Amino acid sequence: MTTTTVPAGSARKRRSGGTRSLSGPSSLGLGVAVLWFSLLVLIPLALVVTTALSGGIRGFIDTITSPQTLSAVELTVVQAFLVTLLNIVMGTVIAWVLVRDRFWGKRILDVAIDIPFALPTIVAGLVLLSLYGPRSPLGVDVANTRASVFLALAFVTLPFIVRTVQPVLEELEADVEEASASLGASRLTTFRRIILPSLVPAIAAGAALSFARGISEYGSLVLLSGNLPNRTEVVSVRVLTYIENGNPASAAAAATLMLIVALAVIVALDVIQRRVARRG
Amino acid sequence: MASTRLREPAPVRWALRLVAVVYVFLLVLWPVSLVVKYTFADGMTALTSALSDPDVTAALKLTAVVALSAVAINLVFGVWMSILLVRYDFWGKRALSALIDLPLSVSPVVVGLALVLAYNPRTGLFGTRLDAAGVQVIFSTPGMIMATAFVALPLVIREVVPVLSEIGDEQEQASRSLGANAAQTFRRITLPSIKWAVVYGLVLTLARSLGEFGAVKVVSGNIVQQTQTATLVVESKYQGFDQDAAYATAFILATASVICIVVVSLLRPKEES
Amino acid sequence: MSIEIKDVNKNFGDFVALRDVSLNIPTGQLTALLGPSGGGKSTLLRIVAGLESADSGTVMIEGKDATRLPPQKRNVGFVFQHYAAFKHMSVAKNVAFGLEIRKRSKAETKRRVEELLELVHLSQFAHRLPSQLSGGQRQRMALARALAVEPTVLLLDEPFGALDAKVRKELRDWLRRLHDEVHVTTVFVTHDQEEALEVADEIVVINDGRIEQIGSPDELYDRPANDFVMGFLGPVTRLSGALIRPHDIDVFTSGSVGGAVPGEVTRLLRVGFETRLTVQPSGSAGAKGSGGSGAGEVPAPGREDDVTVVLTRSHAREMDLDVGSRVWLAPNRGATMMPVVRAV
Repeated sequence: MTTTTVPAGSARKRRSGGTRSLSGPSSLGLGVAVLWFSLLVLIPLALVVTTALSGGIRGFIDTITSPQTLSAVELTVVQAFLVTLLNIVMGTVIAWVLVRDRFWGKRILDVAIDIPFALPTIVAGLVLLSLYGPRSPLGVDVANTRASVFLALAFVTLPFIVRTVQPVLEELEADVEEASASLGASRLTTFRRIILPSLVPAIAAGAALSFARGISEYGSLVLLSGNLPNRTEVVSVRVLTYIENGNPASAAAAATLMLIVALAVIVALDVIQRRVARRG
Repeated sequence: MASTRLREPAPVRWALRLVAVVYVFLLVLWPVSLVVKYTFADGMTALTSALSDPDVTAALKLTAVVALSAVAINLVFGVWMSILLVRYDFWGKRALSALIDLPLSVSPVVVGLALVLAYNPRTGLFGTRLDAAGVQVIFSTPGMIMATAFVALPLVIREVVPVLSEIGDEQEQASRSLGANAAQTFRRITLPSIKWAVVYGLVLTLARSLGEFGAVKVVSGNIVQQTQTATLVVESKYQGFDQDAAYATAFILATASVICIVVVSLLRPKEES
Repeated sequence: MSIEIKDVNKNFGDFVALRDVSLNIPTGQLTALLGPSGGGKSTLLRIVAGLESADSGTVMIEGKDATRLPPQKRNVGFVFQHYAAFKHMSVAKNVAFGLEIRKRSKAETKRRVEELLELVHLSQFAHRLPSQLSGGQRQRMALARALAVEPTVLLLDEPFGALDAKVRKELRDWLRRLHDEVHVTTVFVTHDQEEALEVADEIVVINDGRIEQIGSPDELYDRPANDFVMGFLGPVTRLSGALIRPHDIDVFTSGSVGGAVPGEVTRLLRVGFETRLTVQPSGSAGAKGSGGSGAGEVPAPGREDDVTVVLTRSHAREMDLDVGSRVWLAPNRGATMMPVVRAV
């Protein structure tokens, strides 16, 4: 599944595919597609923002800064950030091992990376509970603790950096590493000065996706973290609680915060992509 | 690959291998195998009793209906949108292309909230009008299908767009110069060339649709046997202390997703050839 | 002796790339390793650089045994066919790389980089990225980068293979002039015999893992050791059971010269200043097969004993030659001839 995390706007190698301007029937087609997209995605999301502001800016700020919500935001952002740091290291290591190493069982490792992406999030929670919950054979029980949030996020974001770095590593030209060696650079220096810089955009793209996913995660935390207010409650749970309490404006306010993060991630991905294309 | 003389020293290689394998083992492989173990702890009883539980069977049926509908919708929308994005030029193309990635970064709970705000029968922007026409979206199957289609929206497009770009449109131009109209060109030239990318995207969409939880929870109201999908039933069984049923249903869902991954990993070489 | 290679063998699985290859390359010389693709020349070059290791045999560089040394320690400059530019670094940083590895002072590095960019005429591109340069410019940058660390030996692996014909010719001359200025022992690999003949002091012809011949361009062209070398370095055709160069055949319009082979012109082609004739000898068996061929070209369809003759345009006009003319062919005095042993 190496292409699941490549943004829709990019192509692996862009050929000179001619584009045509829209004719009558294709304009209609575009109109229908955009209409569906608006009805399903754009308008509902816009409503979230407008509902958030329905209590005025004051109402918006009040919700965001209420102690329980602030605590949820802090928990979510900090854990997502820490997990992303972990993923930057582990993701690169795993991608390296998958591309550069050969050993029995490597295929299993490759398939295992995709499991967190394909597994239903509620099942992920259950899966983690079996090893890290009350019935743990290891005796490790993180259920209802802050550590469980970290664990769940690490699980669901595992594939992102691996799958963005893998194709770049595969395409890396061998002769550049040979050139570096012929100029006297040790293996470590070659990695640090030649290989790593070419991986940075891919790592950054994967990190952005990992962070965005971490912020928005819900299903895997439901059973695992216990959703204890001010302790193990993440923003998405907060939003759900607001909804269940019939408080759409506050729910929308917290949701808008998350949307801002999502948009920031998309912009970041687009920027990274353009920079890479320039470097050629 | 660089010459074999340029490799990390053996201890470094082994260390990296060990770290990667141990991490994935502790995080993914062992926990997943434990779920399998708990499911079959009493032999097949957990599975058979789960499958004879009407809550569970209703949920599985509903999941199938919702997932397949979402897959069908995204097949049409996905292929259509990919062609528009790659073969045509229009104002706002770049923005649209970036916005299409939005569903991947948005929290499922936010997705649910957004759809509720738009389609709920009392205050929804479209919901009030639809309710007057007798169409129920929220707390009903259509809403769940929409929520599922929403979260999986980009998946087909992200597979098809790169392939369409890379192939280029020369074959389509040739087809047109030989007299074929747009529909014929699409059916005979374009579609076959993106066949594997589409299948790939659909399998991913299916996996994602089967597994959707948060958005569907908000939109469906989680009413047992009526608007409860398989994922929701796992939660309610676990919280109802029926762990066996929870694990059995989870196992069924997990198996379905693993099958999807395996299919995808077998298909990838076909896509690339 | 700058490079001494002794009894080197290299296999890739079942494929034998090099068989008992021994070679000495004098210091300061510009040597070409010439041969068909897959013949082993790139493998040999990479073994000298340390990018491959030989299964057996030794490599000495300037009298020191380098066989077990990793490439980092050999102080060889290597230039790759596809430039191997460090894409995220500017041209200046690329060239400075080797010096920074050797921990030279900033001032010295800067001075040396400027010197080299001057040498390769890329000074005004110092701060550009490689992606902003043309192929030829990137290769010049690669050369500057390799020369920056004052290597003992400079190795180039099909350096102009990725460039188009005009740029290739320019850079060929340019490499020759660079060598005359810098005098570093240089070895380059090519499958283009014209390139080798034009640029090198000495050519080593490698085919099928073995050295066929070593010599100067003139030696190889005029006194080839075997029919392979003769066929690879220039066009050949067959006359009276021997290989001969098409331009070394005299054409007569009367049979008065003793020993000349009679025949009829079946094809006439004027290309530039040349006229190329295909002559079918009389009384030939008429078997379908290949006629004479140019160097390294696929033999044109024709009859097995058709002879290819090349004359100047004016000479052919003088003799009033056309398709159907009766001619007599004899080898030129002083022509190189080689009895046919195996099919070219």
